[in-house]
Amino acid sequence: MQAELLEVRQHMAQYPPFEQLSDDLLDELAGQVEVGYFQAETDIYRHGDAVEYLHYIRSGAIDLYRRNGDLYNRLSEGDIFGQFDLLRDQRVRFPARAIEDTLIYFIPHAVFQHLCEADDSFADFVEVERPRLEATVDQQRKGHEMLVTKVRKLASRAPVMVESEATVQEAAQRMGGHNASSVLVLAAPQASDDAHAFSYGEGQRRRMVGILTDHDLRNRVLAEGLPASTQVGQLINERPITIQSDESVYEAMLRMLRNNIHHLPVLHRRRPIGVLHLSDIVRYETNSSLYLVDNIFRQPNVESLAAMKSDVRAAFVRMVTEDDNSQMVGSSLSSIGRAFTRRLLELAEEELGPPPVPYCFMALGSMARNEQSIVTDQDNALVLDDRFDPQQHDAYFLALAQRVSDGLAACGYSYCKGDIMATNPRWRQPLKVWQQYFRDWIDDPSAERLLHSSIFFDLDSVYGEEVFAERLQDLVAERASQRPRFLAAMARNALNRTPPLGFFRTFVMEKDGEQNNTINLKRRGTAPLVDLIRVHALACGSRAQNSFERLEEINKTRLLAGHSGERIRYALEFIAMVRIRHQVIDIQEEREPDNNIEPENVSDNERHNLKDAFQVLSNAQKFLRFRYPMPSNKR
Amino acid sequence: MARREQTRDTALERYFDVAMPGPETPIGDVPMLAMDMETTGLDEQRHAIVSIGVVPFDLRRIRLAERRYWIVRPPRPLNERSITFHHITHSEIEQAPDLDDVLDELLAVMAGRIVVVHYRHIERTFLDAAVKARRGEGIHFPVIDTMSLEARLHRQPLWARFRRWLGRPPASIRLPDSRTRYGLPPYQAHHALIDALATAELLQAQIAHHYRPETPLSEVWN
Repeated sequence: MQAELLEVRQHMAQYPPFEQLSDDLLDELAGQVEVGYFQAETDIYRHGDAVEYLHYIRSGAIDLYRRNGDLYNRLSEGDIFGQFDLLRDQRVRFPARAIEDTLIYFIPHAVFQHLCEADDSFADFVEVERPRLEATVDQQRKGHEMLVTKVRKLASRAPVMVESEATVQEAAQRMGGHNASSVLVLAAPQASDDAHAFSYGEGQRRRMVGILTDHDLRNRVLAEGLPASTQVGQLINERPITIQSDESVYEAMLRMLRNNIHHLPVLHRRRPIGVLHLSDIVRYETNSSLYLVDNIFRQPNVESLAAMKSDVRAAFVRMVTEDDNSQMVGSSLSSIGRAFTRRLLELAEEELGPPPVPYCFMALGSMARNEQSIVTDQDNALVLDDRFDPQQHDAYFLALAQRVSDGLAACGYSYCKGDIMATNPRWRQPLKVWQQYFRDWIDDPSAERLLHSSIFFDLDSVYGEEVFAERLQDLVAERASQRPRFLAAMARNALNRTPPLGFFRTFVMEKDGEQNNTINLKRRGTAPLVDLIRVHALACGSRAQNSFERLEEINKTRLLAGHSGERIRYALEFIAMVRIRHQVIDIQEEREPDNNIEPENVSDNERHNLKDAFQVLSNAQKFLRFRYPMPSNKR
Repeated sequence: MARREQTRDTALERYFDVAMPGPETPIGDVPMLAMDMETTGLDEQRHAIVSIGVVPFDLRRIRLAERRYWIVRPPRPLNERSITFHHITHSEIEQAPDLDDVLDELLAVMAGRIVVVHYRHIERTFLDAAVKARRGEGIHFPVIDTMSLEARLHRQPLWARFRRWLGRPPASIRLPDSRTRYGLPPYQAHHALIDALATAELLQAQIAHHYRPETPLSEVWN
């Protein structure tokens, strides 16, 4: 009699990918597990060892290392590891070491394979990890999106399919009806090739025997003079070349090129889930942000630049659906924004001639921080050489600023409502004036004066004399940390925007008890976080502009206690990502994206995390008030 | 060998035919069998076995696929319905076979393996008495007792005196408390199979922390 191992089974049933297994499979799994104990600080396996098991952490914690000794991942109770090596070549890629006393369940390879076959979602879970891991492993490869993007991202339309007994006319009608350039041909499986069959409809088994394309209808039917009643099956003579849904776009491209085909059926195991056409890959490539930047620099005029607005949105949507983090999305969008700005400056110089004195075109705010979003306005300024003479030169720079500002507006970067643009003469000044601006702000601060100038404390050069912007960054970094009154004024302003008190299924609870059914995630989340990070960064003399880089520098000091720096990073990343995801939904549903979300559109999981993130913000603001008090006015 | 010559029972003969690891065998090479029993009481003369769980293992792996678990019917009917077992119903016990019917299988998995228990005085004495009652001769076998290994570490006179001096109670060497010291997870106790698994994990942990795979068997067995 073999007793059930409830202890083992119930534990595994709590964690993915086991949580969705049927009870029978779970029982079977629990009964096949092998158990091993590892004392803290001992190796579980080393690089190159044979991998015969999927590993499940029953208790304790482990580290996975890269070959060069860097930490790759840290896992704890309920996590699995080794699945990638099992699917690959069964050699250990990342050595594993117990960092606590650890109990491991070893799931034998044969059981693992059986689970993959018996349960699709289990297989998906362990296989989906594959490209993601690969992406992290090979840094060089990472840049090459085609290598890591799965084919299934591109094959989004269900395939059109006909039985092999159908006539070519029927097939052509189906293709026309679905506006498809190909149709997959199905037949009942023979006993010998049940391995290629999938279930279809009600308990029927089918296998895919071929593909018929527009090209075939022309060359093999019409040109040959075959009647419309010809059965599709007669035109099919070999099993088509296919690709699995989790293979890379790059692999798909190679397969098309090698076999000289334009259509590639995409299978999830044996079931066809779509057909990839060469043009899908071309379109995909066109959307990549690198291509975009390159393309921006090749546009001959403002009109053609403005026409790229939809390309930017498409690239944005793709980045987000490919699970990029907010930092990657923010820096890609900033690169794109910078490229537009640079190209507009190049075009303006072509028209206006070379500048009379050197200048630096400066980005302020989110572009300077490399945190741009798809909903953004332009904040920019001109720092001119000190030889600048307004009488002689300003007409040129006004025209330059005007062209860039109008061009940016045409490309989707709306005019700044606060008039922080190089077209405003106040923000089109020589370096020495800018230095005086900053000295005034820092040395003689008041919350009111700084209210509209805090944006200048995120600054970066976009084009021209970079050194001008650097001089200003240096001035700020050296001076601000020494001025408690300035820091206190900045801190005061960083408290103006607060997170909501509560966040419920259908409404947001405000401090005064008012209920709102929408929330601006920028105003109530990311912006106040960015503001408070800026204050700490100024206090520790950091030259970084990006909020995440600022946090890293802040964390090197003792400014923030314990893990609060890490928590702030998490909160910023999470809120930024929710904001970004909702903008993608807006775009996909053909609404104009904005910074608002409606609580009823937030999943339970998101809401739970948002609450935590708002709490982090609220605590961080309390600390800011306490850390940078307004010095007494006596001295 | 002497013992094997004396036996007249074929199952016991086969058990003695398989060589046991000798005292010098490194613990890392020893095939072991974690065992736990649930009994109706503590006296092997008056009380009886109701369930037995065993799991074969070695220092590297505990092989759950080879686990065995039996519920057996005590020779005398349970007159006290009040005796409760944690995972067994009285009707399961009434329908269970006599130990005699599973003894051959039990001896077969024990052959060649060192038995590992937590508190040796139950499993060893009950099994000896039960075999004697059914086959006319007893069975004595070497065991590793994880409880006495734990006692060596925590109840050595000097250490115990030190703890007393500090006003601390003596360290508990019960199975769950011992496991906690090695970072092993809590299990629901009193299921013979789960306790056998818990004991196997404990021994792996004890050897990892306090011995080496090269340690000779004679240093850890009783």
